[in-house]
Amino acid sequence: MDGMLDFHVIVDNFTYFMIGRYPNGPLGGLGLTMYLAVVSCILSFFGGLILGLLSLSRFAVIRYPVNLFINTVRGLPLLMVIFWMYFLLPALLGKTVPESQTVIMGLTLFTSAYMSQIVRAGIEGIPKGQVEAAISTGLKGWQAMLYIVLPQGMRNMIPSFVNQFVSLIKDTSLAFIVGVSELTHVGTQINNRTMSYPTEIFIFIAGVYFVLCFTFTSWSRWLEQRLSWRKAI
Amino acid sequence: MLKYHFDWSIITSGKYFDWLVSGVKITLELSVVGIIGAFILGLIIAVLKMSHYRPLRWLASAYLEFFRNTPLLIQIFFWYFGSYKILPTAVNDWLNNTNFEFAAAAIALTIYTSAFIAEDIRSGILSIPKEQMEAARSAGFSYLRSMQYIILPQAVRITVPPLVNQFLNLAKNSSLAMTIGVMELTYQARQVESYSFKGFEAFTAATVVYLVLSVSITALVDVYNKKVLNPHRA
Repeated sequence: MDGMLDFHVIVDNFTYFMIGRYPNGPLGGLGLTMYLAVVSCILSFFGGLILGLLSLSRFAVIRYPVNLFINTVRGLPLLMVIFWMYFLLPALLGKTVPESQTVIMGLTLFTSAYMSQIVRAGIEGIPKGQVEAAISTGLKGWQAMLYIVLPQGMRNMIPSFVNQFVSLIKDTSLAFIVGVSELTHVGTQINNRTMSYPTEIFIFIAGVYFVLCFTFTSWSRWLEQRLSWRKAI
Repeated sequence: MLKYHFDWSIITSGKYFDWLVSGVKITLELSVVGIIGAFILGLIIAVLKMSHYRPLRWLASAYLEFFRNTPLLIQIFFWYFGSYKILPTAVNDWLNNTNFEFAAAAIALTIYTSAFIAEDIRSGILSIPKEQMEAARSAGFSYLRSMQYIILPQAVRITVPPLVNQFLNLAKNSSLAMTIGVMELTYQARQVESYSFKGFEAFTAATVVYLVLSVSITALVDVYNKKVLNPHRA
């Protein structure tokens, strides 16, 4: 050990770590990390729901392209997906896109592909008898899905959704690479400015992520236990 | 989009192609080094987690929780920028003389993946019915020998698919090493893009490589599942 660790650089810059330059600039730091994670999570919940339902479609002409798309996105590193968004979005939309929106789109696309698998597993875990009973009472196929299968399936999916949210929180750190000032980027900025405290800074940032992710992981485990108790008919 | 002039030849020959190929090589090197280290480390942690002594179990749990709940990027940065303060001087000197970027990325990837592998190994072992262990003990095997001759051989067969999936995750996560200057595939794709402005072609090449890797490994796992794990399915 070359010397004791000196954490005063953390204390001095604590506000900057937490919320960036706000209100003198856009939100940054941990606040931006949570914003990116929550927005991407909500969007990819719907994206994953749609993709998951489409991948189970009766029509092969829908199923095959959707599954091809999902497996392509899952086979790529998240960094590649974000880079693709960085290139394609301005080209497709014809105007410059702020980096944070690029990142949200990349995270949403990537996470939707994984969420679609969770949705599939949740739906396929519901016994076929439910659908048969629903059809025999006169409900159409889509009504059976919407009113009977999905509500029951959601309960199974919730712990996996929370786990995916934890992964999202960790994945927001990649936003740094395209220039978004979330927690990781703020850390490297302070590191570049103060030069001699990288160990303390990155231990602190790791600690912040850990506290956040561990809280949600523990909640997901608690949810899994509570939800499975209800199922024991 | 219509103003963009596609030129696919740059990625099939010439110096840009060489850059991309060397990127693939480094990606594979990182992945192989990482998976070997992660497997060994993961095995150790898994054994610790199933130990009879609570402090060892707690140590393994702390390791698992910490390295699974922190982003890989932060771990890479820690090992590259911040590890010198807590490592002994001799190790620092040795690291600086070798390829430090590669070493830091390899260490971070190894430790990060080992946490996930430890969980997979543990579930593989726990899925073996405990009657196996009881029968082994009653036949006279000690705990370690029962593990060695009875439990682990069965557990390994079950653990192969998750392990191969972790290898795939490792290969994809290696793309993060570009942030500290490891010249793996994603880094080289960006280099080609900034030198030639043919970003679409460069990233398509990298995408194809990652997809080929993913699809072939996933197909191998499917074949393994059919042939080895469920050979008697109708």
